Amino acid sequence: MTGLWAVAIKELRQIRRDRRTLTILVFVPTFFLFLYGYALNFDIRHVSLAVQDRDGTPESRALVADFARSAYFDVVAAPESDRQIDALVDRGTARAVLVIPVGFARTLGEGGSPAVQVLIDGDNANTATTVLGYVTALLQSASFGATGERPHAALVSVEPRVWYNPELRSTVFLVPGLIAFISMITAVISTALSIVREKERGTMEQVRMAPVSTTAFVAGKTLPYLVLSQAGALAIIAAAMVFFDLPMRGNWLALFVAITLFLIGALGTGLFISTVADTQDVAFQAAAIVALLPTLILSGFIFPLSSMPVVLQWISALVPARYFLVALRGIVLKGLGLEFLWPSLAAMGIYALAVYALSAVRLARQ
Amino acid sequence: MIGRIRTLVWKEFLELRRTPQLLRLVLVAPVLQLAMLGYAATTDVQHVPIVVVDGDRSPASRQLLETFAASPYFDVVGERMAPSAIDDDLERGRAWLAVLVPPRFGDDLARARVRGTAGPSIQVIADGTDANSSGVALSYVQGLVGQYATVVAGPAARGAPQLDGRVRVWFNPDLESRNFMVPGVLAVLLLVVTANLTSMAIVRERETGTLDQLNVTPITRSEIILGKLLPYSLVGLVDVVLVIAIAVLWFQVPLRGSVALLFLSSLVYLVCTLGLGLLVSTMSSTQQQAMMTATFFFLVPMIYLSGFIFPIENMPTVIQWVTFVIPLRYFLVIVRGIFLKGTGMAVLWPSFVALAVWGVAVVVLAVARSSKRA
Repeated sequence: MTGLWAVAIKELRQIRRDRRTLTILVFVPTFFLFLYGYALNFDIRHVSLAVQDRDGTPESRALVADFARSAYFDVVAAPESDRQIDALVDRGTARAVLVIPVGFARTLGEGGSPAVQVLIDGDNANTATTVLGYVTALLQSASFGATGERPHAALVSVEPRVWYNPELRSTVFLVPGLIAFISMITAVISTALSIVREKERGTMEQVRMAPVSTTAFVAGKTLPYLVLSQAGALAIIAAAMVFFDLPMRGNWLALFVAITLFLIGALGTGLFISTVADTQDVAFQAAAIVALLPTLILSGFIFPLSSMPVVLQWISALVPARYFLVALRGIVLKGLGLEFLWPSLAAMGIYALAVYALSAVRLARQ
Repeated sequence: MIGRIRTLVWKEFLELRRTPQLLRLVLVAPVLQLAMLGYAATTDVQHVPIVVVDGDRSPASRQLLETFAASPYFDVVGERMAPSAIDDDLERGRAWLAVLVPPRFGDDLARARVRGTAGPSIQVIADGTDANSSGVALSYVQGLVGQYATVVAGPAARGAPQLDGRVRVWFNPDLESRNFMVPGVLAVLLLVVTANLTSMAIVRERETGTLDQLNVTPITRSEIILGKLLPYSLVGLVDVVLVIAIAVLWFQVPLRGSVALLFLSSLVYLVCTLGLGLLVSTMSSTQQQAMMTATFFFLVPMIYLSGFIFPIENMPTVIQWVTFVIPLRYFLVIVRGIFLKGTGMAVLWPSFVALAVWGVAVVVLAVARSSKRA
């Protein structure tokens, strides 16, 4: 036990001497939350629209006005030729183009269904799908306005209700994801170099001669980072509640347990990398590969796991952020208790045990 | 000068060869990651797990629920007897949506059809914790129910004249998000791998003390920077070839533009990312510091603010200005343009110029920083 403290105190002293690292560990996570919490969202507004009105009648202008008036579209250009349309879309000046053909008003007057053409830039499929939905909705409502008839009564209607996040605000779902991502990166990065550095500098030999067991050494190495990362994670959550109206519907103790389990696993991941890598640059590469993109892409943070191929869903089982996100969203947004949370907490616990066991084995063998 | 740089490049290659672990990581990891993440990074919402409660149990309600089961967007994971049973499914996250058909649905529907009045409504409860996917799933529900209503109404019921919207989607007609995301993942991977590589390069020599040895030789600072930049560019180029090959051959992302232009822009991009790493390296006194600085001040902000996942046009104006200093932003415009739109220099030149200016600036800055420190 004294060995553990000795290692922890030594590590703490080393962190304290490196001011930049300390600042990064404690303050940058919260700063990130501010930046990204404000910067990121999927709510699509002000889609730039180019309009080519070949008809030029009051009816066609009324349709254009419907688009211009909606909060979703900004009319940015009135191209005169097809070539201009191509250029606008190629340059990304316009995301969508509305073309009203000659004879629009006449067909409408005869009681027909005039065709209007809509072009959508499909490069970002997510945005394009949303834009497509806006266009369809606007064309439907516009058609009733144009003919002056009452909307056709719906035979079957849908009454949607959204739980946990009734306004479907992006921040409410992005902020827990950001917390998981930032904590993971901070934790993995902070321990990734801790052992390999000692190996490179030759101080590992001294540690080996000291009366410290492998377990005490591994635990002592992570303990200071655990405390620092916990402080960082709690600061992010507090900031999210104050500035982004993140609700807290569950139990604080459950939240603390979830954070601690997740951080232990993440720190252990860094430690494990550090036992495998021979040099610090290898450790850095490995840490970035393991922590950066998988936490972003394979955790269910942004991309829904259920849409992924089955094999990848299995692989995502190895990403601890996946379980943390379920637990975090469960506690904070749904207010769930332990009877619902235990699978995620258990998975994080198993992950943590596995990485520590692996690290200890690798260290003992060396 | 050429001779000295050649010696330095040779020395770097020797060092790289002596750390086979690093070389393996730098060449194999991007390939594996792109192959995996290319599949994972999809914003398409499919196979949404739903539970259904059929309060009516009539042929009409069966037919409606079958349209859900048959749709590729939904997987019916369970049927519950009572509406109260769905709480558990949503709380555990077993289902994202619950579709509830009210009692007397079939009768109400038949009556509404005869009288031409508004019919029954079905209730849909969504888990809003993943707001983006839930929103998309809800719009699918509206679409499916609308289709069902049209089928039930039959050909006789033609409402008021409607506008016939002929929508065409350019560049990506099937709205496959993979075509958009794979070039993005490619660009981000190159940034992460190559910037990390050089961010350790100079600080490592400082830490081990070999930088002092280099300093007493007649080699100048700019030669040291160039001597680091060149060998790593070669490694980076191999990465470029590998990841582009995977995107095109494995993921079948359409490559509509010029391959030569794609490589040329990748080369300019490599100068940016490698130069960025070197700048970080000159700014740090230990490798740990270099790693923290590179990750927190450069990699993570660039990944989020470049438009890789989150559209820049949705960001607040001030943050949109910030994105102008991110080289990844320009490279994303270029790769996505070349891949999906087949655009050439005529359209892409502003991004190209921005990228080139950025690359030169960061290398010059790295040289300047390194000469201030002994």
